[in-house]
Order: sequence, then C-alpha cells, then structure tokens
Amino acid sequence: MEEPVIEFHLDARTGVSPYLQLVQQVRHALRLGLLREGDQLPTVKEVVAQLAINPNTVLKAYRELEHEGLVAARPGVGTFVTATLTDTSLAAHGPLRLELRRWLTKARRAGLDEESIEALFMTTFRTTAQEDIA
Amino acid sequence: MTSVLRAQGLGKRYGRRWALRECTIDIPAGHVVGLVGPNGAGKTTLLKLAAGQLEPTAGDITVLGGRPGGSPAQLAKVGFVAQDTPVYAGLTVAEHLRLGARLNPRWDDAMARERIARIGLAPAQRAGRLSGGQRAQLALTLGLAKRPELLILDEPVASLDPLARREFLQGLMEAVAEHELSVVLSSHLVSDLERVCDFLIVLVGSRVPVAAETERLLATHYRLTGPRRDPDRLPAGQHVVSARHTDRQSTYVIRTDASIHDPAWTVGQLSLEDLVLAYMEKRPAESRRVALEVQR
Repeated sequence: MEEPVIEFHLDARTGVSPYLQLVQQVRHALRLGLLREGDQLPTVKEVVAQLAINPNTVLKAYRELEHEGLVAARPGVGTFVTATLTDTSLAAHGPLRLELRRWLTKARRAGLDEESIEALFMTTFRTTAQEDIA
Repeated sequence: MTSVLRAQGLGKRYGRRWALRECTIDIPAGHVVGLVGPNGAGKTTLLKLAAGQLEPTAGDITVLGGRPGGSPAQLAKVGFVAQDTPVYAGLTVAEHLRLGARLNPRWDDAMARERIARIGLAPAQRAGRLSGGQRAQLALTLGLAKRPELLILDEPVASLDPLARREFLQGLMEAVAEHELSVVLSSHLVSDLERVCDFLIVLVGSRVPVAAETERLLATHYRLTGPRRDPDRLPAGQHVVSARHTDRQSTYVIRTDASIHDPAWTVGQLSLEDLVLAYMEKRPAESRRVALEVQR
C-alpha cells in the first residue's frame, strides 16, 4: 500500500467538531496545493486507526467533501480528489489581506486592544455564519 | 433500521436497592455507543443485562432482536468484555486463542493471529506477565475474533495509561470500520469516549435521563445565562436539565428542538462533557422550586 498523501490531526480545544476539522484540513491542503487532482485520501480504516475516532465521523467528512464536488468515492477502491482549490482563491488572498490590514489599523486607532479585536471579529464572523445558515 | 438494543421499563433490583430503574432506550444498529455515568450509577448492571449475565427484575430487554443469553445463536452474536479486561493469568496468549476457537462457533482465527502479531504479543507469553495495556488488547482480540454483531465492553480503558488507552481505542475503531459491528462501551469519563462514540447514554442514579446520537445532543442543548428568572417562566418547549441561581443571575442548561430568540439570554453551546455533567447535577425537575426557595 502507498503512503497516504496527507495525515489528519484533531484539535480538542477548538470547539470545531471533528468531522468539520477533517473537511477543513482537506480544503486547506487543496488550497496549499498539497493535495492535487487524482490523489487518494487516506481510507476510513487508516484514519480511524490513526486518530481513534468513530468511522462515521470520517464517512461524514468525506460525504461532505463529495457533496462540495472536491472528491469522489470509487466503491471498493477509495476516495479521490477530483478538483482543485488553488488558482481561484489564492489570487484573492493578497487584496483581502491588504483590506484586513487596513481594518486592523483602523481598529487599533479606535482604541481596541488585541483581545477586543479578536472578540469583535469572532462574534461578527459567527453571526454572519449563522445568518448564512438561517 | 434494526435495533441493536431495545429496553422497555427495564429494571434490576438487588434486595431492596434498585441498581437500574425505568430504563427505556432504543439504539439503532451501526453505532458506537458510549454509556457514561458516575461509579455506582448502574452501568455494569445495564451491560450485564444486555449480555444475558443478569435477569431483569422489571421490564423487557431485547438485543439484536433476541432475548439476551437466550440461545447459543444469541450468545454467538454478542461479545462481552467485562470490567478490567479479564484474562486467565496462567494461560499463554496462544492458549487463549485456542480456547476462543473452541468456545466460539464463528471464531476468526486468522484475524486473531494477525492482531496478536500486530500488537506484538508473543504467543508463548503467559497472560499474567502482560502489562495492563497488553492484557486489554488480548481481551479485545478475543472479543473481536468471536466476530460478534455487538461487542459490549465494560470500562475497557479505565485502568490504562493514556498511550495504552489511545492504542486500545485505535484498534477498536479499526475493527468497527472493517467489520461494521455495533459497540457499546462504558466509562465514567466522557473524555475517554468523546471521539469514538456517535451515540451516548447517560446513566445517573440508576436512571437514564437522556440517550441519543451525540450530534443530536450537541444540537439541542444550550447554556442560557441572564437576569434571574424562575424556571416556570421558560417557554414550554425548553426542558431544564440543570439550573443555578444567584441573587441576580440565572444559568440554565436546557434541552430544546426550537431556536432561542429571547434577547435577555446569552446563549452558549455545550461540550459533550459539560452536557453530561449538567445531567449529573441534582435533578432539577423534582427540586426546582425547592432550590429557588432555599437560595432566596
């Protein structure tokens, strides 16, 4: 058997559910170009044997990625990457970072300290995320 | 979907003391079920009832559609690893496997040997000379090689160090992925089970206040903090799990299927551990008024 291309890890303290952490790690690897079209994701058995997590957690993560059109399952063989995330989003990083820097400067000038900035960002991030779901 | 374990008003009494009462649960197949509760809550009693090692005093229990321990076929379908993963100290690892092969009609010898080799146990080693982690792995191997449809494990990791604990759960999850068996395992620590379970039964003081898929539990429980409020003034759909009050503030853990719109509350999510702890606090349903008055 070949070495898996990526290995997953779990952070217990993030509050992000384990299945979502797996989804995010695949997306992240796709963005960074660590995973490319045609690569095979670790099998469910490999992931659970490494992380000691429930197989359904891995299946759910892979289904979600499949639903997003990023991977495809070949029954009896494994799950393979079918799309890439690098070109479209990487190009947008630069301008977005610039805007974010400007916003951070403004926030500091308004007297916000690090913690207040983080709290403001996270609450806004969460409320918009919730509004998107609703 | 078929049930792996169904209990209706199940109870077990030892003399005058109820070890388990009014237990009604229905667990669909294909889950890894965590049974959590403090020591002495009745976890072992429930597991032994499911394995057919105890007879119920009240109510009914069916496991994989049959009466626990009712027939040889039923016994072959259910594996049970008792507390402290018992093995025969005087027998070697190889002798354990031979014994397993003789006692179990569906014994998977290839799997047993492969697992023993992978774990690195010497077949000639006496079980009494194994470390706690190795002993647990041997007991797990015997439970898995029996090829049960349901494997029941009573506090399998309680006495293991963190590394042995992780290795044990890795092996168990690998087997679940490969053989699609259902598992019920107990622990007094939620943190042991959090990653491996997708269904949770909470057992407190011989009763089961809640049993559901973990995702559903996390999606329907909230912590509400705000100005002091009497529980009677909460909406009908919000069930109080635990409540604390100061002169000015109330903190509730509630269960509800609806979303919470009341702007007076700061609404927080709970971790699985906090959720279970909330159920372990004094039951609020019986004592909510008393609690409020005492603190006034």
